[in-house]
Amino acid sequence: MAEKPVAIELKNITKHFGSVVANHQVCLKVHEGEILSILGENGSGKTTLMNMIAGIYYPDEGQIFVKGEEVSIRSPKDAFDLKIGMIHQHFKPVDVLSAAENIVLGLKEKGRYDLGRVTEEVRRISAKYNFEIDPTKKVYEMSVSEKQTIEIIKVLYRGAEVLILDEPTAVLTPQETQKLFAILRNMRDDGKAIIIITHKLNEVLSLADRVAVLRKGEYVDTIETAGANEAILAEMMVGKKVALNIARSEPKNTQDRLTVHSINCINREGVKVLNDISFTARAGEILGIAGIAGSGQRELLETIAGLQYINSGEIVYHDPKTGKDEDLCHKTPMQIRELGVRLSFVPEDRLGMGLVGNMDIVDNMMLRSYQKGHSMFLKRKDPRTLAQSIIEQLEVVTPSAATPVRRLSGGNVQKVLVGREIAASPTVIMAAYPARGLDINSSYTIYNLLSQQKENGVAVIFVGEDLDVLIELCDRILVLNSGRITGIVDARHVTKEEIGLLMTKTEESAANE
Amino acid sequence: MSKEKKQHHEQLVRISKRDQMVFWKSWLVRLAAIVLALILCAFVIVLITGYNPLEVYSSMWSGTFGSARKVWLTLQKTAMLLCISLAVTPAYKMRFWNIGAEGQVLIGCLATAACMIYFGESMPPALLFPVMFLASVAAGAIWAMIPAVFRAKWGTNETLFTLMMNYVAMQLVSYFITFWENPAGSNSVGIINSMSKGGWLPELFGQKYLLNILIVAVLTVLMFIYLKYSKQGYELTVVGESENTARYIGINIKKVIIRTLLISGAICGIAGFMLVAGTDHTISTNTVGGMGFTAIMVSWLAKFNPIVMTLASFLLTFLSRGAGEIATALRLNQSVSDILTGIILFFIIGCEFFINYKVTFHFRARSHKKEVRE
Repeated sequence: MAEKPVAIELKNITKHFGSVVANHQVCLKVHEGEILSILGENGSGKTTLMNMIAGIYYPDEGQIFVKGEEVSIRSPKDAFDLKIGMIHQHFKPVDVLSAAENIVLGLKEKGRYDLGRVTEEVRRISAKYNFEIDPTKKVYEMSVSEKQTIEIIKVLYRGAEVLILDEPTAVLTPQETQKLFAILRNMRDDGKAIIIITHKLNEVLSLADRVAVLRKGEYVDTIETAGANEAILAEMMVGKKVALNIARSEPKNTQDRLTVHSINCINREGVKVLNDISFTARAGEILGIAGIAGSGQRELLETIAGLQYINSGEIVYHDPKTGKDEDLCHKTPMQIRELGVRLSFVPEDRLGMGLVGNMDIVDNMMLRSYQKGHSMFLKRKDPRTLAQSIIEQLEVVTPSAATPVRRLSGGNVQKVLVGREIAASPTVIMAAYPARGLDINSSYTIYNLLSQQKENGVAVIFVGEDLDVLIELCDRILVLNSGRITGIVDARHVTKEEIGLLMTKTEESAANE
Repeated sequence: MSKEKKQHHEQLVRISKRDQMVFWKSWLVRLAAIVLALILCAFVIVLITGYNPLEVYSSMWSGTFGSARKVWLTLQKTAMLLCISLAVTPAYKMRFWNIGAEGQVLIGCLATAACMIYFGESMPPALLFPVMFLASVAAGAIWAMIPAVFRAKWGTNETLFTLMMNYVAMQLVSYFITFWENPAGSNSVGIINSMSKGGWLPELFGQKYLLNILIVAVLTVLMFIYLKYSKQGYELTVVGESENTARYIGINIKKVIIRTLLISGAICGIAGFMLVAGTDHTISTNTVGGMGFTAIMVSWLAKFNPIVMTLASFLLTFLSRGAGEIATALRLNQSVSDILTGIILFFIIGCEFFINYKVTFHFRARSHKKEVRE
């Protein structure tokens, strides 16, 4: 391959946060007309590194060169002046404004109020790279993928030659991801340098030209994707060989554990978030729930956990010990527990719901069990033992059990939460996006923990977003689509595309009605 | 964006969050803040008044510790402020913005005064003191419970509600002052039972304030244990940190809010009891004197740790008493002492920034780098 001109070069970049080394002596090169993927586990410093190019952070040591010239990027504005644009993982466009208005928001150049001209320009950019966007559409009417498109166009509108995308596919369906990749390839062919952060190895291989791997803040190596495969990449990331498969056993002794019968749920805004939902979760089986974000997954789990009011329908628990049926409708979590129903729930919002960020690990262990006993004082002995055993068994990286959980990294927070929920020896365990934001190793730890629970005869309900994982991990997959079930499929005989279709199908047919 | 402009490199000042600072180091920072504040105050004193700052400081000192009586008075004031701070702490730890401590204490005062006036000379002390105590605890608890019930059941704003309850309490007290006026026309209640001393808390070892101080000391330890080791303290912390988590594990949030405020109000009632029966032996709308608000500052300053609150309330008492002293002894305007108090508080609160954040200057690093390159 002929050497293309270098767009950005980093030399020996080091960045500390307190005593934590986020990046240590990282060197990196991106050429024009190239897609470079930054790969690394959580907390390996990918986003920090990119933030230093985008002017959010400033390196403690090291140099940044743009087109061969040393520069100092002290603010996002400096970055824009150098034609560098970053699309962050969590973007926040202004809802009440149109796409075009959002794109020029914050610009200081003349003519930014000439929306006609702006719209023209947006159309021109869209046509050039094949974006599908209506510049006059308001943001609140847009899907996540459209909002992301706005962010990308915003950066292009400002003339960026270097684009940095932080986990852009985390929020997209398989179809949308393919579209985005096609666009990124168009941009590469146009001579732009593109840096993309992602966890997903298959995406790296199909999209990027080269991959730079970071591990624990240190730069490992850059390799060409042409000669790489998933196993090699995973090994570089983790530093040792990793088994990239989930041990899925055939379900044994399945029996009905939880029957949900045509529940309907209307939220505070009066929107019907669950529409006639019926299914059965079986012991010894993992039931996956797939769907575009916000299709009712959260509400479904919360209704079962007793956190959400349902308007009609019934939830019946079949007690394996007594053989009796218990009605869980309109009961609080406390009442459900008093019935002897051992229901564990790993909510999507870990620090805002599952744990208390400012409390230490020991106190978080107590959340489920502190009421036990008649004493008015807390017994911290058992939670302390539990905390220690979770830290050891799940390899939680923490200074001590007395560290507030908000100081832990995302993966470790999740291990603490999942560990606690499993320690309650549940008969039903519900997990919402338990591997979101986790690195490969932690993700597979969590998947295998859930698989183990299934083998122990627990009914597992798993809400996921990565279809590859859902297909590999689950026994059956229930597809939700705007609060309805559009299908319950056998995970062993289904393709990603089929699920993708179920996830989006009625959206269109509903619109046609 | 000329090329010259891009040659300069780093930001001059950078602020980054620290990991937890070592215990003794953070106290060193706080001490340094006080010293710095005193130095700045010295300049202000010289500029405004022309007095020798050392003279001003020494009169502040003697105002607080000048004589045995002053020491006891300082301790008493510290104890009262601490008691009210203890009262508001569970509420604030639950993130319930109770700014009604002033009214809750005052209503406790009113209940005590009523008992003293009506039963003080007829009931035997063995019965009288429990009645007074229970009456004031109940009064304070009810006063705090009303806004708590409204907040728990209908989601009303507790800040406004508790604030307004202060004024209701104040109006009630001024009504009763007219009602109990003694002597007629003085527009005050006068010393209650000044002859019989009915309902006056007894002196311990000849010290009028010792009993109050001991009660508060016990309360401090109890509150520390309650917050740290009891199930209820755990529940209210969870509710304060995240209502969603509380819901998730099935804590009855309404119950916790009401229960916590009952405790908060009850301790306010105890403070009222001690103020009237132990020290003042009379009541006016000014009996609490703003301590209900200062207590909020004490509570937050100490990050809800009752032991640290002892220090914080002592410091604030010292400042206000010292300020009062320089106003009288040096015939300085009260505003001067307020300015000094303000400066000192500013430094104390401001130094928390340096405990939580690190400020790095890159001035020297940059010139050094240049030398190396040249």
